[in-house]
Amino acid sequence: MIQETNVSETRSPLHDEHVALGATMTPFAGWLMPLRYSSDIAEHTAVRTAAGLFDLSHMGEIAVHGPDAAAFLDHALVGAISQVAPMRAKYTMICAADGGIIDDLVVYRLADDDYMIVANASNAATVYGELVERTAGFSVDLRDDSSATALVAVQGPRAAEILRATAGLVEDAQISGGTAFDALRYYACLRMRFEGQPVLVGRTGYTGEDGYEIWLEADRAVALWRALLAAGQPFGLVPAGLAARDSLRLEAGMPLYGNELDRTTTPYDAGLGRVVVLDKPGSPDFVGRAALVARAEAEPHRVLVGIVGESRRAARHGYPVLSGADVVGTVTSGAPSPTLGVPVAMAYVTPDVAAEGTPLAVDVRGRAEPVRVVPLPFYRRPR
Amino acid sequence: MSGQPPADLQYTVEHEWYAAGAPATVGITDVAADALGDIVYLELPAVGDEIAAGAVVGEIESTKSVSELFSPVSGTVVAVNQAAIDDPAVVNGDPYGAGWLLKVDVTGTGQLLSAEEYAALAAR
Repeated sequence: MIQETNVSETRSPLHDEHVALGATMTPFAGWLMPLRYSSDIAEHTAVRTAAGLFDLSHMGEIAVHGPDAAAFLDHALVGAISQVAPMRAKYTMICAADGGIIDDLVVYRLADDDYMIVANASNAATVYGELVERTAGFSVDLRDDSSATALVAVQGPRAAEILRATAGLVEDAQISGGTAFDALRYYACLRMRFEGQPVLVGRTGYTGEDGYEIWLEADRAVALWRALLAAGQPFGLVPAGLAARDSLRLEAGMPLYGNELDRTTTPYDAGLGRVVVLDKPGSPDFVGRAALVARAEAEPHRVLVGIVGESRRAARHGYPVLSGADVVGTVTSGAPSPTLGVPVAMAYVTPDVAAEGTPLAVDVRGRAEPVRVVPLPFYRRPR
Repeated sequence: MSGQPPADLQYTVEHEWYAAGAPATVGITDVAADALGDIVYLELPAVGDEIAAGAVVGEIESTKSVSELFSPVSGTVVAVNQAAIDDPAVVNGDPYGAGWLLKVDVTGTGQLLSAEEYAALAAR
């Protein structure tokens, strides 16, 4: 029950802030990160109703620069990355030659020849290595900025007001990239200044709420963290840990690498075939294409579905899904939903039991608990 | 953050506490409550159930995880904390007091730790 901490884990540049705030720290993907500060449900609710402040400095950042950057990413990733406009972002994946997912990524185009790839902490080194291997024939430079870069996120309906109120965070049309903060769209980014130095602000996140992610050099992270916390307090901003981040993304139906996504899973299995662009003009044979074409045309063996529990006991990662006495699938993520008040889960099931409303059961530690199939996401924010 | 375990209680390595008495009282420690996070669901034995020391007698579920409740004692359950079942947050807020779980007519105990021994275990 008690997780051990290990001195070999990398500490976030905000480590001392978390300790001072009383956080419970947890090892995560080689990092020591805040699991929760006080109550994970209170942190979850704050993000749904006001805002939460997250340290995501464990995420990987890979810079891709050079005249062939766009063509290279069309070749290396499954999306049409060359078609992303400057200062816009795209959710995409890097797949192996067999179509299996190596990682899911968000790619930010910062200029015609300049991109930032954000990878999961657990996969950052692997993704970097894979990208390097795929550079043959392209005039492109890769740089792993993960350890030098901090990432903090403000997520929740009050996020925009909080950033506007943050001391030292100002717009500068000379560096913004063409967008004013108030005009920043979802999955777009701009450069602002914090205490005079540039930061990158993306209107992206992993909570199902409106919100922003801010990248800057690790040695400036403490000042920004404190400024955001101070500015956000009147709006109900609280620091929020990885526990809340996981329950928020689950309610929002967002996949987590290692749970819904892995090397044995293609984007189509995960219901994310829309991220694959099979016919990219400049990249007729991108990595994984042949396997993905076959997979796109085949009948699926399994389908990722949402399930809602009809008892109190929650389905958890790895639990078998049952239809009568037959095992028809496996739970990939599950928890009691703080917002909905019932257990929710995502699961891979056989297509014949994937229809909305299908009554199924989950083997919760030896007892079959009734569930039914529902559409994802479980939660959609009011607009 | 966890404080020192109360000196007048005994403990299990699975982070339950035991207050001797007639009946005795059983709960989980603040170390356990902190590790679980916000508890949202308790499954406890029924009044009248015979329980055995070391056996799994219930479940404690939080947003993040689930943990089994191991009985520190053998005996008959004479009361369960309905207020905690109705609002499990009380177990996080006051694990040694209002967040108690079971009252048991005890016929025997399993291997129990003193507060000092438990504090040493929890600090590891």
